[in-house]
Amino acid sequence: MRGERPLSHVTLPVLAVLVSGLALQIGLHCLMPAPQAKAEDLPPAPAASMLRLASLGEPIALAKMLMLQLQAFDYQSGTRIPYKDLDYTRLETWLARILDLDPAARYPLLAAARLYAEVPRESKQRSMMDFIYRQYFLDPNRRWPWLAHATLLAKYRLKDMGLARKYASTIAKYTTASDVPPWATSMEIFILEDMNELATARIMIGGLLASGKVTDRGELIFLNAKLREIEERLKQDGLTKR
Amino acid sequence: MLQRILPIARYTLLEALRNRLLWLTLILVAAGLVFTQFLQQVAITESNQIQVALLAALVRMGAICILASFVVTSMVREFNDKVVELILSRPIPRSSYFFGKLGGYATVALALALIFSLPLALFAPAPRVALWGLSLACELLIVTCVSLFCVLSLTQVTSALAAVTGFYLLARAIGALQIIAANPLSDSMLLSQQFVNLAVDAIAFLLPGLDRMTQTSWLIYNAPTPAEIAGLLAQTAVYLLLLCGAALFDLQRKNF
Repeated sequence: MRGERPLSHVTLPVLAVLVSGLALQIGLHCLMPAPQAKAEDLPPAPAASMLRLASLGEPIALAKMLMLQLQAFDYQSGTRIPYKDLDYTRLETWLARILDLDPAARYPLLAAARLYAEVPRESKQRSMMDFIYRQYFLDPNRRWPWLAHATLLAKYRLKDMGLARKYASTIAKYTTASDVPPWATSMEIFILEDMNELATARIMIGGLLASGKVTDRGELIFLNAKLREIEERLKQDGLTKR
Repeated sequence: MLQRILPIARYTLLEALRNRLLWLTLILVAAGLVFTQFLQQVAITESNQIQVALLAALVRMGAICILASFVVTSMVREFNDKVVELILSRPIPRSSYFFGKLGGYATVALALALIFSLPLALFAPAPRVALWGLSLACELLIVTCVSLFCVLSLTQVTSALAAVTGFYLLARAIGALQIIAANPLSDSMLLSQQFVNLAVDAIAFLLPGLDRMTQTSWLIYNAPTPAEIAGLLAQTAVYLLLLCGAALFDLQRKNF
C-alpha cells in the first residue's frame, strides 16, 4: 500500500453515510440519559477471597480500580450533602476489602476520615470513626494520621471528649515509629486539659518529659510551659475550693 | 450488487468454519458450564444466580475475544495473501467487498450470540435470556464493525487488536469515567480538570453505550424495559451506520 488516494475518490453516498452516522450518533447520545451514580446502588462487597481471585495476581491494581469505582458511588451529583444516602455498612465492607487487597493504600482511610466521617449525621460519623479505629490496629505506624483526624472530629464535631481521649491515647500507646510527630502522640494531654482533667494531664506531661521521647528543643520548651500552666491552674483550683 | 456481496460473505463464513471457530465456541461453553457448576456447588446461597452471572460474563467476554481476533486475523491474512488485491482487480466495487466481508462476519457474530446464549436458558427464564442474547448480538455486531474498521485502517494484527481492545474497554467504562470526572472532590475546578472533563464528554459522544448493553442483571433481577431494548437497537443501528461510513471512507482512499 502506497499512501492514500485523494479525497475525490470517496463517493458521495459514503460521505453521506459517514456524516449522517456521526450526526445520528451525537443526537442519540444527547437523547440518552446522562450516567448517574445512585447511592442505593452500592452493592454488597464480594468476599476477600473472591476479589483476590478476580485480581488475577494484581491485587494492588484491583484495589485502585475498586477505590475509583467506589468513588463513583460516592459522588451524589447535584447535592450539597454528599454520601448521606450511602449504606455505611456496605461502604465499610468495601473499604475493608480494598485495604485487604492493598494494605499500604492511603486512599481508603483518607476517604473514610475526610469524606465519609464528615457527613452531617452523627451515627454515620461514629460508625466511620469506629472503622478507622479498628483499621488503625492493623498498621498503627502507617495509619495513625487517620485516627488523629478522627480524634479531632470526635473533639470538635461530636464534642465527645471521652471518644477523643480514647483515640488519642490509642495513638500514644500503639504508634511507635520514629517519624511520627510528637504532637500526634501527645494529643491526649490537650484533650485531658480541655476535659479539665488537669491532674492527669500534668502526670502525662511529666511522664512524657521524663521518658526522653521528646527531643525537639522547641517542643520541650512548649511542654514545660504547658506543665507550669497546668500546675498554676491546679493551684488556683485548690485555692478556689478552699 | 447482492450477487457480488453474497459470494464474499459465503467464503468468509466458510473460512470461519474451517478455522474451527464452532469448536472453539463449544469448548468455551463447555468449560464455562463446568467452571460455573463448580462455583455453584461451593456457594452457600444464591448458587443459581452465581452460576448465571459468571457464565454470562464469561461467554460475553469470550464471544468478544473470539470474534475480534477472528475478524482481525482473517483480514490480515487476506492482505498478506494479496486476496484483497485479487478481488479488487475484478470489476467489483470496494463497497461490495466491504459489505460482503461485513455480511460474513456479522453472520458469525449472530451465530456466536445464539450459541453463547443458549446454555444460559438452563438457569434463567427463556424470555430474559432471549433479550440478553439480542443485546449480545447487537454488541457483537458493533465489535465486528469496529474490528473491520480497525484492521482496514491499520492492517496489522497487533495494532488492530490493541485498538479494538482499547475501544471496547473505553466504551464499557465511559459512563463511570464521566461520573468520576464530573464530580471532583474539591468545589473549585482547575483549568486542567475542566479540560479533562471536556475531553471525556467529547469521547463519550463518539462511543456507543456498551455499558448499558447485555447486563447480567437482566438475567438475574429484572428484564430490560422496552425503552432499554429500543435504545440498544437504535444505538446499534446508528453506530453500525457510522462505522460503515468510516470504514468505507478509509477503504476508498486506500491505495493498493
